[in-house]
Amino acid sequence: MTTVRFLVNGAPVEVDVPGMRRLLDVLREDLGLTGAKEGCGEGECGACTVILDGEVVDSCLVPICQVEGRIVRTVEGLARRTGDGPVLDELQQAFLEAGGAQCGICTPGMLMAARQYLDAGGGPDDVAIRTAIAGNLCRCTGYTKIVEAIAQAASVHP
Amino acid sequence: MPAEPPVASPATLADAYALIQREPHTPIAGGTDLMVRITGELGSIPERIVDLARLDDLRGISLERSAVAIGALSSYTDIRRSAICREHLPALVEAAATVGAAQIQNRGTLGGNIANASPAGDTLPVLIAMDAAIVVGSVRGERTIPADDFWTGYRTTALAPDELILRIRVPLVPGRETRFRKVGTRRAQAISKVVAAVSWRDHGRSSGWTQVRVAYGSMAPTPIRVRQVEAILEGAHPTPETADKAAAMLAATLQPIDDVRSTADYRRMVAARVLHRILRDAGGW
Ligand SMILES: Cc1cc2nc3c(=O)[nH]c(=O)nc-3n(C[C@H](O)[C@H](O)[C@H](O)COP(=O)(O)OP(=O)(O)OC[C@H]3O[C@@H](n4cnc5c(N)ncnc54)[C@H](O)[C@@H]3O)c2cc1C
Ligand code: FES
Ligand code: FES
Repeated sequence: MTTVRFLVNGAPVEVDVPGMRRLLDVLREDLGLTGAKEGCGEGECGACTVILDGEVVDSCLVPICQVEGRIVRTVEGLARRTGDGPVLDELQQAFLEAGGAQCGICTPGMLMAARQYLDAGGGPDDVAIRTAIAGNLCRCTGYTKIVEAIAQAASVHP
Repeated sequence: MPAEPPVASPATLADAYALIQREPHTPIAGGTDLMVRITGELGSIPERIVDLARLDDLRGISLERSAVAIGALSSYTDIRRSAICREHLPALVEAAATVGAAQIQNRGTLGGNIANASPAGDTLPVLIAMDAAIVVGSVRGERTIPADDFWTGYRTTALAPDELILRIRVPLVPGRETRFRKVGTRRAQAISKVVAAVSWRDHGRSSGWTQVRVAYGSMAPTPIRVRQVEAILEGAHPTPETADKAAAMLAATLQPIDDVRSTADYRRMVAARVLHRILRDAGGW
Protein backbone atom coordinates (compact mmCIF):
# COMPACT_ATOMS: atom_id res chain seq x y z
CA MET A 1 0.00 0.00 0.00
CA THR A 2 1.13 3.50 -0.77
CA THR A 3 -0.26 6.74 0.54
CA VAL A 4 -0.86 9.11 -2.34
CA ARG A 5 -1.98 12.72 -1.97
CA PHE A 6 -3.21 14.81 -4.85
CA LEU A 7 -5.85 17.36 -5.83
CA VAL A 8 -9.10 16.33 -7.50
CA ASN A 9 -11.17 19.17 -8.88
CA GLY A 10 -9.46 21.53 -6.48
CA ALA A 11 -9.97 19.43 -3.33
CA PRO A 12 -7.07 17.65 -1.63
CA VAL A 13 -7.50 13.87 -1.34
CA GLU A 14 -5.44 11.11 0.24
CA VAL A 15 -5.73 7.43 -0.63
CA ASP A 16 -4.01 4.36 0.75
CA VAL A 17 -3.89 1.93 -2.16
CA PRO A 18 -1.50 -0.30 -4.12
CA GLY A 19 0.82 1.98 -6.13
CA MET A 20 -0.03 0.28 -9.42
CA ARG A 21 -3.78 0.85 -9.03
CA ARG A 22 -5.02 2.73 -12.07
CA LEU A 23 -6.03 6.35 -11.57
CA LEU A 24 -9.34 5.33 -13.18
CA ASP A 25 -10.00 2.77 -10.41
CA VAL A 26 -8.97 5.17 -7.67
CA LEU A 27 -11.38 7.79 -9.01
CA ARG A 28 -14.27 5.39 -9.48
CA GLU A 29 -13.81 2.85 -6.69
CA ASP A 30 -11.91 4.64 -3.95
CA LEU A 31 -13.22 8.18 -4.40
CA GLY A 32 -16.69 7.42 -5.80
CA LEU A 33 -16.18 9.69 -8.80
CA THR A 34 -17.81 7.58 -11.49
CA GLY A 35 -17.76 10.22 -14.23
CA ALA A 36 -14.68 8.83 -15.99
CA LYS A 37 -15.76 5.63 -17.74
CA GLU A 38 -13.94 2.43 -18.60
CA GLY A 39 -14.53 1.68 -22.28
CA CYS A 40 -11.56 -0.44 -23.24
CA GLY A 41 -9.02 -0.34 -20.43
CA GLU A 42 -6.18 -0.08 -22.94
CA GLY A 43 -5.84 3.49 -24.10
CA GLU A 44 -7.86 3.16 -27.29
CA CYS A 45 -11.21 4.78 -26.54
CA GLY A 46 -10.62 7.83 -24.33
CA ALA A 47 -13.77 7.27 -22.23
CA CYS A 48 -11.55 7.50 -19.13
CA THR A 49 -9.93 10.81 -20.17
CA VAL A 50 -9.11 13.22 -17.33
CA ILE A 51 -6.82 16.24 -17.18
CA LEU A 52 -3.57 15.65 -15.26
CA ASP A 53 -1.47 18.79 -14.64
CA GLY A 54 -3.07 20.48 -17.63
CA GLU A 55 -2.67 17.57 -20.09
CA VAL A 56 -5.27 15.04 -21.22
CA VAL A 57 -4.44 11.47 -20.22
CA ASP A 58 -6.24 8.13 -20.29
CA SER A 59 -6.75 7.43 -16.59
CA CYS A 60 -6.76 3.67 -17.33
CA LEU A 61 -3.06 3.97 -18.25
CA VAL A 62 -1.88 6.02 -15.25
CA PRO A 63 -0.71 4.20 -12.11
CA ILE A 64 -1.66 6.11 -8.98
CA CYS A 65 1.97 6.15 -7.75
CA GLN A 66 2.66 8.69 -10.51
CA VAL A 67 -0.13 11.03 -9.35
CA GLU A 68 1.45 12.01 -6.01
CA GLY A 69 1.30 15.80 -5.60
CA ARG A 70 -0.42 16.38 -8.93
CA ILE A 71 -3.62 18.06 -10.08
CA VAL A 72 -6.45 15.99 -11.54
CA ARG A 73 -9.57 17.40 -13.16
CA THR A 74 -12.54 15.17 -13.94
CA VAL A 75 -15.96 15.78 -15.48
CA GLU A 76 -17.41 16.20 -11.96
CA GLY A 77 -15.43 19.44 -11.68
CA LEU A 78 -16.80 21.12 -14.79
CA ALA A 79 -20.10 22.48 -13.46
CA ARG A 80 -19.78 25.56 -11.24
CA ARG A 81 -21.34 25.36 -7.82
CA THR A 82 -23.52 28.37 -7.03
CA GLY A 83 -26.07 29.27 -4.37
CA ASP A 84 -28.80 28.06 -6.75
CA GLY A 85 -27.12 24.68 -7.34
CA PRO A 86 -24.64 23.61 -10.00
CA VAL A 87 -24.45 25.51 -13.27
CA LEU A 88 -23.19 23.61 -16.32
CA ASP A 89 -20.07 24.97 -17.92
CA GLU A 90 -20.37 26.26 -21.49
CA LEU A 91 -19.17 22.98 -23.00
CA GLN A 92 -21.71 20.86 -21.16
CA GLN A 93 -24.40 23.35 -22.17
CA ALA A 94 -23.26 23.23 -25.80
CA PHE A 95 -23.28 19.39 -25.82
CA LEU A 96 -26.89 19.50 -24.56
CA GLU A 97 -27.98 22.07 -27.13
CA ALA A 98 -26.16 20.56 -30.12
CA GLY A 99 -27.08 16.94 -29.30
CA GLY A 100 -23.45 16.02 -28.62
CA ALA A 101 -24.39 13.14 -26.30
CA GLN A 102 -26.51 10.06 -26.95
CA CYS A 103 -25.75 7.03 -24.75
CA GLY A 104 -23.31 9.22 -22.83
CA ILE A 105 -20.49 6.72 -22.33
CA CYS A 106 -17.95 8.75 -24.29
CA THR A 107 -19.24 12.09 -23.03
CA PRO A 108 -17.17 12.61 -19.84
CA GLY A 109 -13.99 11.86 -21.78
CA MET A 110 -15.06 14.00 -24.74
CA LEU A 111 -15.85 16.88 -22.42
CA MET A 112 -12.44 16.70 -20.75
CA ALA A 113 -10.59 16.48 -24.08
CA ALA A 114 -12.64 19.43 -25.31
CA ARG A 115 -12.13 21.34 -22.04
CA GLN A 116 -8.36 21.02 -22.40
CA TYR A 117 -8.61 22.06 -26.06
CA LEU A 118 -10.48 25.25 -25.11
CA ASP A 119 -8.24 25.94 -22.10
CA ALA A 120 -5.21 25.74 -24.40
CA GLY A 121 -6.77 28.44 -26.56
CA GLY A 122 -8.39 26.25 -29.24
CA GLY A 123 -10.96 27.90 -31.51
CA PRO A 124 -13.98 26.77 -33.59
CA ASP A 125 -11.77 25.20 -36.30
CA ASP A 126 -13.10 21.84 -37.51
CA VAL A 127 -9.74 20.15 -38.20
CA ALA A 128 -8.20 21.32 -34.93
CA ILE A 129 -11.23 20.12 -32.94
CA ARG A 130 -11.17 16.72 -34.65
CA THR A 131 -7.45 16.39 -33.84
CA ALA A 132 -8.10 17.29 -30.20
CA ILE A 133 -10.72 14.51 -29.85
CA ALA A 134 -8.91 11.97 -32.06
CA GLY A 135 -8.21 9.82 -28.98
CA ASN A 136 -11.90 9.71 -28.00
CA LEU A 137 -14.19 7.20 -29.69
CA CYS A 138 -17.95 7.62 -29.93
CA ARG A 139 -20.18 4.75 -31.08
CA CYS A 140 -23.36 6.84 -31.27
CA THR A 141 -23.17 10.36 -32.62
CA GLY A 142 -21.01 10.13 -35.72
CA TYR A 143 -18.93 12.95 -34.17
CA THR A 144 -20.52 15.78 -36.19
CA LYS A 145 -22.69 17.03 -33.33
CA ILE A 146 -19.82 16.71 -30.88
CA VAL A 147 -17.60 18.82 -33.13
CA GLU A 148 -20.46 21.35 -33.51
CA ALA A 149 -20.90 21.51 -29.75
CA ILE A 150 -17.20 22.18 -29.16
CA ALA A 151 -17.14 24.79 -31.94
CA GLN A 152 -20.19 26.43 -30.39
CA ALA A 153 -18.55 26.59 -26.96
CA ALA A 154 -15.35 27.89 -28.55
CA SER A 155 -17.27 30.72 -30.23
CA VAL A 156 -19.13 31.69 -27.06
CA HIS A 157 -15.91 31.92 -25.09
CA PRO A 158 -13.16 32.97 -27.50
CA MET B 1 -9.71 -4.63 -11.81
CA PRO B 2 -6.32 -5.41 -13.35
CA ALA B 3 -3.41 -6.90 -11.42
CA GLU B 4 -1.66 -4.51 -9.04
CA PRO B 5 1.93 -5.79 -8.77
CA PRO B 6 4.16 -4.18 -6.15
CA VAL B 7 5.90 -1.02 -7.33
CA ALA B 8 8.92 0.90 -6.02
CA SER B 9 9.53 4.54 -6.90
CA PRO B 10 13.24 5.23 -6.30
CA ALA B 11 14.21 8.89 -6.10
CA THR B 12 17.77 8.52 -7.40
CA LEU B 13 19.39 6.63 -10.23
CA ALA B 14 21.78 4.91 -7.78
CA ASP B 15 18.82 3.58 -5.78
CA ALA B 16 17.11 2.42 -8.96
CA TYR B 17 20.25 0.60 -10.18
CA ALA B 18 20.74 -1.13 -6.82
CA LEU B 19 17.11 -2.19 -6.65
CA ILE B 20 16.95 -3.77 -10.09
CA GLN B 21 20.31 -5.43 -9.65
CA ARG B 22 19.12 -7.19 -6.48
CA GLU B 23 15.94 -8.45 -8.11
CA PRO B 24 14.56 -8.05 -11.62
CA HIS B 25 11.95 -5.29 -11.86
CA THR B 26 10.00 -4.23 -14.93
CA PRO B 27 10.33 -0.46 -15.45
CA ILE B 28 7.34 1.77 -15.96
CA ALA B 29 7.80 5.14 -17.69
CA GLY B 30 4.63 6.57 -19.26
CA GLY B 31 2.82 3.26 -18.86
CA THR B 32 1.11 3.32 -22.26
CA ASP B 33 2.42 -0.15 -23.03
CA LEU B 34 2.92 -1.48 -19.51
CA MET B 35 -0.52 -0.55 -18.13
CA VAL B 36 -2.07 -2.57 -20.94
CA ARG B 37 0.08 -5.54 -19.86
CA ILE B 38 -1.18 -5.47 -16.25
CA THR B 39 -4.68 -6.12 -17.56
CA GLY B 40 -3.27 -9.53 -18.56
CA GLU B 41 -4.61 -9.18 -22.11
CA LEU B 42 -1.19 -8.74 -23.67
CA GLY B 43 1.53 -11.13 -22.55
CA SER B 44 2.52 -11.94 -18.99
CA ILE B 45 1.88 -9.69 -16.00
CA PRO B 46 5.14 -8.31 -14.55
CA GLU B 47 5.94 -9.53 -11.04
CA ARG B 48 7.58 -6.37 -9.69
CA ILE B 49 7.70 -2.89 -11.08
CA VAL B 50 10.11 0.01 -10.77
CA ASP B 51 8.62 3.43 -11.45
CA LEU B 52 11.07 5.69 -13.30
CA ALA B 53 9.02 8.88 -12.97
CA ARG B 54 11.13 10.39 -10.18
CA LEU B 55 14.44 9.92 -11.97
CA ASP B 56 15.12 13.45 -13.16
CA ASP B 57 18.41 12.30 -14.73
CA LEU B 58 16.24 10.70 -17.41
CA ARG B 59 14.49 13.98 -18.29
CA GLY B 60 15.29 16.92 -20.50
CA ILE B 61 16.34 17.57 -24.08
CA SER B 62 19.66 19.34 -24.60
CA LEU B 63 22.02 20.40 -27.33
CA GLU B 64 25.52 18.99 -26.92
CA ARG B 65 28.51 19.90 -29.08
CA SER B 66 27.57 17.76 -32.06
CA ALA B 67 24.50 15.89 -30.88
CA VAL B 68 21.06 16.25 -29.36
CA ALA B 69 20.60 14.35 -26.11
CA ILE B 70 17.02 13.31 -25.37
CA GLY B 71 16.21 11.98 -21.89
CA ALA B 72 14.51 8.57 -21.96
CA LEU B 73 11.49 9.98 -20.10
CA SER B 74 10.83 12.64 -22.76
CA SER B 75 7.24 12.26 -23.91
CA TYR B 76 6.07 12.64 -27.49
CA THR B 77 4.55 15.96 -26.42
CA ASP B 78 7.92 17.07 -24.98
CA ILE B 79 9.58 16.19 -28.29
CA ARG B 80 6.92 17.99 -30.34
CA ARG B 81 7.27 21.11 -28.19
CA SER B 82 11.07 21.09 -27.95
CA ALA B 83 12.64 23.96 -29.90
CA ILE B 84 15.85 21.89 -30.18
CA CYS B 85 14.05 18.91 -31.73
CA ARG B 86 12.00 21.11 -34.05
CA GLU B 87 15.11 22.80 -35.34
CA HIS B 88 17.50 19.85 -35.53
CA LEU B 89 15.37 16.70 -35.65
CA PRO B 90 12.18 17.55 -37.58
CA ALA B 91 11.72 13.92 -38.72
CA LEU B 92 11.58 12.77 -35.10
CA VAL B 93 9.05 15.51 -34.32
CA GLU B 94 6.98 14.31 -37.27
CA ALA B 95 7.13 10.72 -36.02
CA ALA B 96 6.14 11.82 -32.49
CA ALA B 97 3.13 13.64 -33.93
CA THR B 98 1.83 10.43 -35.54
CA VAL B 99 1.89 8.36 -32.34
CA GLY B 100 -1.53 7.54 -30.86
CA ALA B 101 -3.53 10.65 -30.01
CA ALA B 102 -3.02 13.46 -27.47
CA GLN B 103 -3.62 11.18 -24.47
CA ILE B 104 -0.88 8.80 -25.63
CA GLN B 105 1.53 11.55 -26.72
CA ASN B 106 1.28 13.23 -23.32
CA ARG B 107 2.32 10.05 -21.51
CA GLY B 108 4.25 7.78 -23.88
CA THR B 109 8.03 8.23 -23.81
CA LEU B 110 10.85 7.78 -26.30
CA GLY B 111 12.64 5.41 -23.90
CA GLY B 112 9.46 3.35 -23.63
CA ASN B 113 9.11 3.10 -27.39
CA ILE B 114 12.70 1.87 -27.63
CA ALA B 115 12.52 -0.63 -24.75
CA ASN B 116 9.12 -1.92 -25.79
CA ALA B 117 10.81 -3.06 -29.02
CA SER B 118 7.70 -3.41 -31.11
CA PRO B 119 8.58 -3.90 -34.80
CA ALA B 120 5.93 -1.22 -35.43
CA GLY B 121 7.42 1.33 -32.99
CA ASP B 122 7.18 4.56 -34.96
CA THR B 123 10.31 6.33 -33.74
CA LEU B 124 12.61 3.35 -34.20
CA PRO B 125 13.30 3.64 -37.97
CA VAL B 126 13.95 7.37 -37.46
CA LEU B 127 16.52 6.62 -34.76
CA ILE B 128 18.21 4.06 -37.01
CA ALA B 129 18.22 6.42 -40.01
CA MET B 130 19.79 9.20 -37.92
CA ASP B 131 22.53 6.91 -36.50
CA ALA B 132 21.22 7.53 -32.98
CA ALA B 133 22.90 5.88 -30.00
CA ILE B 134 21.03 4.55 -26.97
CA VAL B 135 22.83 5.36 -23.72
CA VAL B 136 22.05 2.78 -21.03
CA GLY B 137 23.16 2.48 -17.43
CA SER B 138 23.38 0.04 -14.52
CA VAL B 139 25.46 -0.51 -11.37
CA ARG B 140 28.30 -1.29 -13.77
CA GLY B 141 28.20 2.20 -15.29
CA GLU B 142 27.06 3.54 -18.62
CA ARG B 143 27.46 2.16 -22.13
CA THR B 144 26.29 3.25 -25.55
CA ILE B 145 24.53 1.00 -28.03
CA PRO B 146 24.03 2.07 -31.67
CA ALA B 147 20.31 2.05 -32.54
CA ASP B 148 21.05 -0.30 -35.41
CA ASP B 149 22.30 -2.94 -32.93
CA PHE B 150 19.68 -2.38 -30.24
CA TRP B 151 16.79 -4.56 -31.43
CA THR B 152 18.11 -8.11 -31.54
CA GLY B 153 14.98 -10.11 -32.39
CA TYR B 154 11.22 -10.05 -32.07
CA ARG B 155 10.62 -7.86 -29.01
CA THR B 156 14.13 -8.49 -27.67
CA THR B 157 16.83 -5.89 -27.13
CA ALA B 158 20.50 -5.56 -26.24
CA LEU B 159 19.46 -4.23 -22.81
CA ALA B 160 20.54 -6.36 -19.83
CA PRO B 161 17.79 -7.11 -17.28
CA ASP B 162 19.36 -4.71 -14.77
CA GLU B 163 19.95 -1.87 -17.23
CA LEU B 164 17.87 1.24 -17.85
CA ILE B 165 17.74 3.43 -20.92
CA LEU B 166 19.01 6.84 -19.81
CA ARG B 167 18.99 8.96 -22.95
CA ILE B 168 19.21 8.93 -26.70
CA ARG B 169 22.03 10.74 -28.49
CA VAL B 170 21.34 11.82 -32.03
CA PRO B 171 24.48 13.06 -33.82
CA LEU B 172 24.09 16.31 -35.74
CA VAL B 173 25.45 15.72 -39.22
CA PRO B 174 25.91 18.80 -41.43
CA GLY B 175 23.77 18.62 -44.56
CA ARG B 176 21.85 15.54 -43.45
CA GLU B 177 18.24 15.26 -44.54
CA THR B 178 15.82 12.78 -42.98
CA ARG B 179 12.34 11.88 -44.19
CA PHE B 180 9.66 10.01 -42.24
CA ARG B 181 6.52 8.30 -43.55
CA LYS B 182 3.89 6.26 -41.72
CA VAL B 183 1.05 4.34 -43.28
CA GLY B 184 -1.73 3.21 -40.94
CA THR B 185 -5.48 2.68 -40.98
CA ARG B 186 -6.37 6.16 -39.84
CA ARG B 187 -4.54 9.29 -38.86
CA ALA B 188 -4.72 8.93 -35.09
CA GLN B 189 -4.37 5.92 -32.80
CA ALA B 190 -3.23 3.59 -35.60
CA ILE B 191 -0.44 1.04 -35.37
CA SER B 192 1.73 1.29 -38.49
CA LYS B 193 1.27 -1.07 -41.41
CA VAL B 194 4.43 0.43 -42.88
CA VAL B 195 6.77 2.97 -41.32
CA ALA B 196 9.87 4.32 -43.04
CA ALA B 197 12.73 6.73 -42.45
CA VAL B 198 15.33 7.63 -45.05
CA SER B 199 18.29 9.92 -44.54
CA TRP B 200 21.20 11.11 -46.65
CA ARG B 201 23.82 13.82 -46.99
CA ASP B 202 23.63 15.95 -50.07
CA HIS B 203 26.86 17.67 -51.09
CA GLY B 204 25.49 19.62 -54.03
CA ARG B 205 25.05 19.03 -57.72
CA SER B 206 28.22 17.23 -58.79
CA SER B 207 28.64 14.51 -56.17
CA GLY B 208 25.82 12.18 -55.25
CA TRP B 209 24.28 11.32 -51.88
CA THR B 210 26.42 9.89 -49.09
CA GLN B 211 25.70 8.24 -45.73
CA VAL B 212 22.38 7.00 -47.04
CA ARG B 213 20.21 5.16 -44.50
CA VAL B 214 17.01 3.35 -45.38
CA ALA B 215 15.15 2.06 -42.31
CA TYR B 216 11.76 0.37 -42.10
CA GLY B 217 9.40 -0.75 -39.35
CA SER B 218 6.56 -3.32 -39.46
CA MET B 219 8.38 -5.24 -42.18
CA ALA B 220 10.38 -7.76 -40.12
CA PRO B 221 10.61 -9.01 -36.50
CA THR B 222 12.63 -5.87 -35.68
CA PRO B 223 12.95 -2.44 -37.25
CA ILE B 224 15.54 -2.89 -39.99
CA ARG B 225 18.06 -1.16 -42.21
CA VAL B 226 17.86 -2.19 -45.84
CA ARG B 227 21.50 -2.13 -46.87
CA GLN B 228 20.91 -3.42 -50.41
CA VAL B 229 18.82 -0.33 -51.11
CA GLU B 230 21.29 1.97 -49.36
CA ALA B 231 24.01 0.60 -51.69
CA ILE B 232 21.99 1.66 -54.75
CA LEU B 233 21.43 5.17 -53.39
CA GLU B 234 24.94 5.73 -52.06
CA GLY B 235 26.81 8.02 -54.46
CA ALA B 236 23.68 8.39 -56.63
CA HIS B 237 21.25 11.23 -57.31
CA PRO B 238 17.50 10.87 -56.73
CA THR B 239 16.63 10.49 -60.42
CA PRO B 240 13.59 8.55 -61.73
CA GLU B 241 15.89 5.70 -62.82
CA THR B 242 17.55 5.46 -59.41
CA ALA B 243 14.16 5.59 -57.70
CA ASP B 244 12.83 2.74 -59.87
CA LYS B 245 15.90 0.63 -59.14
CA ALA B 246 15.82 1.35 -55.41
CA ALA B 247 12.08 0.64 -55.09
CA ALA B 248 12.44 -2.63 -57.04
CA MET B 249 15.33 -3.71 -54.82
CA LEU B 250 13.32 -2.84 -51.71
CA ALA B 251 10.36 -4.93 -52.87
CA ALA B 252 12.67 -7.83 -53.70
CA THR B 253 14.48 -7.64 -50.36
CA LEU B 254 11.76 -7.15 -47.79
CA GLN B 255 9.98 -10.19 -46.43
CA PRO B 256 7.09 -8.86 -44.38
CA ILE B 257 4.41 -11.09 -42.90
CA ASP B 258 0.63 -11.38 -43.20
CA ASP B 259 -1.10 -10.41 -39.98
CA VAL B 260 -4.32 -8.86 -38.71
CA ARG B 261 -3.23 -5.38 -39.74
CA SER B 262 -2.12 -6.10 -43.29
CA THR B 263 -0.94 -8.61 -45.86
CA ALA B 264 2.70 -9.16 -46.84
CA ASP B 265 1.99 -8.16 -50.45
CA TYR B 266 0.33 -4.92 -49.41
CA ARG B 267 3.20 -4.05 -47.09
CA ARG B 268 5.82 -4.76 -49.74
CA MET B 269 4.02 -2.69 -52.39
CA VAL B 270 3.37 0.24 -50.08
CA ALA B 271 6.92 0.20 -48.73
CA ALA B 272 8.28 0.43 -52.27
CA ARG B 273 5.83 3.17 -53.17
CA VAL B 274 6.75 5.15 -50.06
CA LEU B 275 10.46 5.01 -50.95
CA HIS B 276 9.73 6.00 -54.54
CA ARG B 277 7.75 9.04 -53.32
CA ILE B 278 10.49 10.13 -50.94
CA LEU B 279 13.05 9.96 -53.76
CA ARG B 280 10.73 11.77 -56.17
CA ASP B 281 10.16 14.59 -53.67
CA ALA B 282 13.91 14.81 -53.03
CA GLY B 283 14.64 14.90 -56.76
CA GLY B 284 11.93 17.47 -57.37
CA TRP B 285 10.47 15.66 -60.41
C1 LIG C 1 -3.84 3.63 -27.78
C2 LIG C 1 -2.37 3.48 -28.02
C3 LIG C 1 -1.85 3.95 -29.22
C4 LIG C 1 -0.48 3.79 -29.48
N1 LIG C 1 0.00 4.26 -30.66
C5 LIG C 1 1.32 4.09 -30.96
C6 LIG C 1 1.84 4.55 -32.21
O1 LIG C 1 1.12 5.13 -33.04
N2 LIG C 1 3.16 4.33 -32.47
C7 LIG C 1 3.99 3.71 -31.58
O2 LIG C 1 5.17 3.55 -31.86
N3 LIG C 1 3.51 3.28 -30.38
C8 LIG C 1 2.21 3.46 -30.06
N4 LIG C 1 1.72 3.00 -28.85
C9 LIG C 1 2.63 2.30 -27.93
C10 LIG C 1 3.24 3.17 -26.83
O3 LIG C 1 2.48 4.32 -26.62
C11 LIG C 1 4.68 3.59 -27.16
O4 LIG C 1 5.47 2.44 -27.39
C12 LIG C 1 5.30 4.42 -26.03
O5 LIG C 1 6.42 5.09 -26.50
C13 LIG C 1 5.69 3.61 -24.81
O6 LIG C 1 6.29 4.49 -23.87
P1 LIG C 1 5.86 4.48 -22.33
O7 LIG C 1 6.70 5.47 -21.65
O8 LIG C 1 4.40 4.64 -22.20
O9 LIG C 1 6.30 3.00 -21.97
P2 LIG C 1 5.92 2.05 -20.73
O10 LIG C 1 4.60 1.43 -20.98
O11 LIG C 1 6.13 2.74 -19.45
O12 LIG C 1 7.06 0.98 -20.95
C14 LIG C 1 7.16 0.22 -22.15
C15 LIG C 1 8.24 -0.84 -22.01
O13 LIG C 1 9.51 -0.23 -21.96
C16 LIG C 1 10.17 -0.49 -20.71
N5 LIG C 1 10.85 0.78 -20.36
C17 LIG C 1 10.27 2.02 -20.38
N6 LIG C 1 11.19 2.97 -20.12
C18 LIG C 1 12.38 2.33 -19.94
C19 LIG C 1 13.71 2.77 -19.66
N7 LIG C 1 14.01 4.08 -19.53
N8 LIG C 1 14.68 1.84 -19.53
C20 LIG C 1 14.39 0.52 -19.69
N9 LIG C 1 13.15 0.05 -19.97
C21 LIG C 1 12.16 0.93 -20.09
C22 LIG C 1 9.09 -0.96 -19.79
O14 LIG C 1 9.57 -1.85 -18.84
C23 LIG C 1 8.12 -1.64 -20.74
O15 LIG C 1 8.53 -2.94 -21.00
C24 LIG C 1 0.37 3.16 -28.54
C25 LIG C 1 -0.16 2.72 -27.33
C26 LIG C 1 -1.53 2.86 -27.06
C27 LIG C 1 -2.08 2.38 -25.76
S1 FES D 1 -10.88 3.01 -20.91
FE1 FES D 1 -9.11 4.20 -20.94
S2 FES D 1 -8.86 4.60 -23.03
FE2 FES D 1 -10.53 3.23 -23.04
S1 FES E 1 -22.68 9.08 -27.11
FE1 FES E 1 -22.61 6.93 -27.06
S2 FES E 1 -20.49 6.58 -27.36
FE2 FES E 1 -20.65 8.68 -27.71
